Amino acid sequence: MSETPLLDQIPDGPWPSFVKEIRKTAELQEKAIKEGKEIKMPGCARAVLKQLERSYEDKKTHWKHGGIVSVVGYGGGVIGRYSDLGDELPEVHHFHTIRVNMPAGWFYSTKALRQLMDVWEKWGSGLLNMHGSTGDIILLGTRSEYLQPAFEDMMKMDPPFDIGGSGSDLRTPSCCMGPALCEFACFDTLDLCYDLTMEYQNELHRPMWPYKFKFKISGCPNDCVAAKARSDFAIIGTWKGDIQIDQEAVKEYAEWMDIEEEVVKLCPTGAISYDAEKKEIKIDNSNCVRCMHCINKMPKALKPGKERGATICIGAKAPCVEGAIIGWVAVPFIPADELKDRVKEIVEPLWDWWDDEGKFRERIGEFLWRMGMGKFLRVIGQEPDVRMIKHPRTNPFMYFEEKELRPSKVVEELKKRGIKFKSLEREEEEE
Amino acid sequence: MATEKPPWWKTDFGPPKYDLFLPEVIKKNYGKWAYHEVIRPGVIKRVAESGDVVYTVRFGTPRLISIYTVRELCDIADKYCDGYLRWTSRHNVEFILTDESKIDDLIKEVEEKVGFPCGGTWDTPRGKYGLTNIIHTQGWVHCHTPAIDASGIVKAIMDELYEYFVDMKLPGLCRISLACCANMCGAVHASDISLVGIHRTPPLVDDDAVRRMCELPTTAASCPNAAIRVNAKKKTVEVDGEKCMYCGNCYTMCPGMPLFDPENDGAAILCGGKVSDARHPPELSKVVVPWVPNEPPRWPGIVEYIKKIFMAWANNAKKHERMIEFIERIGWERFFELAGLEFSWHLIDDFRVPPFMYASYRVGTQFRW
Repeated sequence: MSETPLLDQIPDGPWPSFVKEIRKTAELQEKAIKEGKEIKMPGCARAVLKQLERSYEDKKTHWKHGGIVSVVGYGGGVIGRYSDLGDELPEVHHFHTIRVNMPAGWFYSTKALRQLMDVWEKWGSGLLNMHGSTGDIILLGTRSEYLQPAFEDMMKMDPPFDIGGSGSDLRTPSCCMGPALCEFACFDTLDLCYDLTMEYQNELHRPMWPYKFKFKISGCPNDCVAAKARSDFAIIGTWKGDIQIDQEAVKEYAEWMDIEEEVVKLCPTGAISYDAEKKEIKIDNSNCVRCMHCINKMPKALKPGKERGATICIGAKAPCVEGAIIGWVAVPFIPADELKDRVKEIVEPLWDWWDDEGKFRERIGEFLWRMGMGKFLRVIGQEPDVRMIKHPRTNPFMYFEEKELRPSKVVEELKKRGIKFKSLEREEEEE
Repeated sequence: MATEKPPWWKTDFGPPKYDLFLPEVIKKNYGKWAYHEVIRPGVIKRVAESGDVVYTVRFGTPRLISIYTVRELCDIADKYCDGYLRWTSRHNVEFILTDESKIDDLIKEVEEKVGFPCGGTWDTPRGKYGLTNIIHTQGWVHCHTPAIDASGIVKAIMDELYEYFVDMKLPGLCRISLACCANMCGAVHASDISLVGIHRTPPLVDDDAVRRMCELPTTAASCPNAAIRVNAKKKTVEVDGEKCMYCGNCYTMCPGMPLFDPENDGAAILCGGKVSDARHPPELSKVVVPWVPNEPPRWPGIVEYIKKIFMAWANNAKKHERMIEFIERIGWERFFELAGLEFSWHLIDDFRVPPFMYASYRVGTQFRW
């Protein structure tokens, strides 16, 4: 009789099965041990299955809160995980996670991947996620005493792999494949992702903030890494100026595509017209909102304009605590060649302010709601722009700074009474 | 305490630079791609300005994989792709070929040796869309706060929708995502269809654990609804059962606040979110089914709901229309009808932040009957 009758039903059906992956790990690990390989976590894949079977019976998790575990010199990147069935299943009693910072765009050489797999065959469960939600390689399951030697073996790899973020730190930045494979990329996403990751190694490895902070980078408004929904600081490629049109390629598409129905009519602002006789399209670029639909439809004929750059959206996060948010526009446009510098000029004062005044477990989005957009724009040195809003406010409860008020007896009297007026400056800067 | 470090010792060296891992053809044509076309499900032809052509061949994976599987994928990449491969943002693995004649052999080898199916692509020019992989979290496999499993539910759903992954016969893009609790590591709140694990009962406070492991003010402050009171006398906290909305934030902070109830934990189903700006701007997902119980190992209830929602869209959407565009065209009342969903009071927002609540209420008298 099988020890895992419920899990035995998982591999049914055509989609690849994670249970099969765990079983395969168990079998091949045993084979490797017989062949004399050094494996520090024998039997743990089978124990994972037993524990999971128990969860399937009980309809609840059997993993517990982790204590503080880490590697020397780092505060984040390793997540403690313990089984509440540790007495029965000692193989998974400690089962900590190591987050490994993936290369930008998730490109790998087999030479590098094989070395990482060797490390994880020796020191860990042999199970991993390609990839976790933030983008890291997630090495699932090892004991406290193997964390350090596993990381030291990663240091010795050629090239070495470093640890990613966790806890209240900068989480591992991630980006789309960008110019490596995609013609839509409005700037070099991989280069920016690598640059920010290297610049902020300390922030990435040593939790220091009220809560986590995520950068995600997409080369165009299609946003293949869902930066707009998932990152406190989303960098989304866009452009100014006219969409580039190759009318010869339009004619090719016209051979089989209903351009009127599928391109012209689906343009959200009605900015495209099509001359069916000449088989040419015309775009009213002053009314184009750069949504990408027509470019997605006719990639051979249409290209983003030549003046390229990115929009910064701020504040996206999942529901805990104040509800889910999609990021909103903080900076409508930064030219591509200024991105590396400008992102740093914006994010550093923002971190400093949030670090000083943010509440414990308050994400940037929630913090900015509490502090107000006016103050935020002052902190990052950005002028307000109508492109930041869907529409202006519907209530008249606006704040005014003292310098905006006319001198009056009432103002003097209020000041005499110690009444403070709204200020967009940071408090410490006033002192 | 300074200890002698070996010469290879280093910290904060960062990830390997991406250009170490780019095949020659990509290095040569970096930033100079002209266009792409999907030549068959799973295979994208990318043409560079130089005239060079590459074919990316995409396969779905179960996200949780074995080191031995990665080695098999590496063997195949060595054989066909000069030793390079990549993953997509949705747990798919991609091989980059320059020789079109090798595509069939590559697909055969991956499907037979590794068991991963080729697909997950869409052809926007021709308006033929395939379903891609489900973004998901750890669930019972490795997480301490989940209300549902992740991998098992994804497996059951993808088995049911498999034909849409390996083909391109949908009217538009459909992104399905799953997060096993409201912490939402998968950030599924902007997907066409999403599942999120929810609890339905307040934490069962473990006074002893609270005393041993938790800071009382922090635990109380962690509650977004001010439902936790400090009981200084007893050195523990108390929960107001009428205010608690079971988010689990307190449990994340304090192990003494477990809120697991196997009979009452389950999944909420949301739909109509998106992140791309194409046509319709980004949009949050909306709850359409308040709760479905955990039914391991195959979750028939969840699968049935997902299928109903998915087919209501797939059978009735116009070309290119995503879920939210479809729903906004036909109206939520018609959508609930078409998908066979019940509308209950839970779906009217009463979470405490007024702008959110108000934003979802209808004003005026424009209805569909």
